[in-house]
Amino acid sequence: MQVDIKSLSIKPLRNTFDQVVRFTGSDKSASRYLEATIGVQPEVNFHYKPLWSKNRDLYDKENTLIVMSDWYRLLDPRQYYYGAWTIARSKQQDAAERNFSFVEKRNMLEAIPADLRDKIITTFLPLRHMEYAANLNNTYMSAYGYGVSITQAASMCAMDRLGIAQYITRIGLMLDGNSGDTLKTAKAAWQNSPAWQPMRELTENMLTTEDWFELFVAQNIVLDGLVYPLMYQSFGDLTSASGQTSFAMMTEFMSEWFDEHVRWTDNIIKVAAAESDSNKAQLGKWIQQWQPQILQALQPVAQQALGSAAQAGLDAAVAHLSARLNKVGIN
Amino acid sequence: MSDKMVFLALQDNEDARPIREAIEADNPLAVISQYPGVYKIDAPGRLVVNRESVEERLGRAWNPQDIHLLLVSLSGNIDETEDYFALERT
Repeated sequence: MQVDIKSLSIKPLRNTFDQVVRFTGSDKSASRYLEATIGVQPEVNFHYKPLWSKNRDLYDKENTLIVMSDWYRLLDPRQYYYGAWTIARSKQQDAAERNFSFVEKRNMLEAIPADLRDKIITTFLPLRHMEYAANLNNTYMSAYGYGVSITQAASMCAMDRLGIAQYITRIGLMLDGNSGDTLKTAKAAWQNSPAWQPMRELTENMLTTEDWFELFVAQNIVLDGLVYPLMYQSFGDLTSASGQTSFAMMTEFMSEWFDEHVRWTDNIIKVAAAESDSNKAQLGKWIQQWQPQILQALQPVAQQALGSAAQAGLDAAVAHLSARLNKVGIN
Repeated sequence: MSDKMVFLALQDNEDARPIREAIEADNPLAVISQYPGVYKIDAPGRLVVNRESVEERLGRAWNPQDIHLLLVSLSGNIDETEDYFALERT
């Protein structure tokens, strides 16, 4: 007897979800990212008005001055949905763990001279408090924002900030042999040192900013856009130049993360600015409003971190931010 | 003509989707046919997978050598660099 094995090909009637077809305009098989993002935003059947405002819905497009015809278009070029994001972060964490254990095994931190050690404690470790504020700010954006494309990314960003705060904390614990003394000194510097007070005040003002898109611009574009080049690039270079490469190794995650953060945030303002002239003007106004304040608050911190190279460090950070803003068509 | 064809067969899954889309965009002569679990991509003479095009669709860095994780079968002479993976037959 002869048996014929025939392969049978079943052609699927539809390649993706209807809401994705409506968004992309074609029934091509779509990425997991789009399938996990488009159509997820709750839009109707809000039975109760929120307690915090009787004029708003639970999820309301009017929580910001920015207007979009389709909020899903604020997509994340990294294509992070929960799965892709956790996998990417776990890989980065493996690399970071290896760096930390390398530094620990070789006792590299003991070789750091006392003045640089003090500088790391009073100028770098307080950033953990700023990262916590960044966590709260991004959580606010994901709570009051609209359109899952941006709120899911803001929510992941918020968790990233906690991770960064934890890495900064670990650097402190490695410096003081797990006693936590450095963290207490750093907190005291954050609360009392004159160099940090303008920054602390600014951070607290940001926590009370109501427009979530304004907060996005202030925190994720301007503040991060200036602080990261200053602290992780210029200050990192300073430590490396004095022969202490351990600092750069332990902050590698943050530099890598910032490059990625830039890709996400640049795309958001690029799409929002391209939507309409009024959006573009509003974004420009917010940047003009926040950038001088942030720069001024950073001045004493940069002075403490970089000494005579402070102005050069700040100029480099501003140039980096301006280049980004020019590229996305704001300015 | 038929003796100068090259082909690439890729698994039909989420990891291979950006590669398939990059091939579609970069090789106008490529013909893609779907089989259960597999995409077979035929092209006359040359078929190229560019790192940049895949990265654009994937949203992160991609090494052309990673294509081997998804490759079911191929035919043609391989030309492989850091920037592309190509099959040729002249």
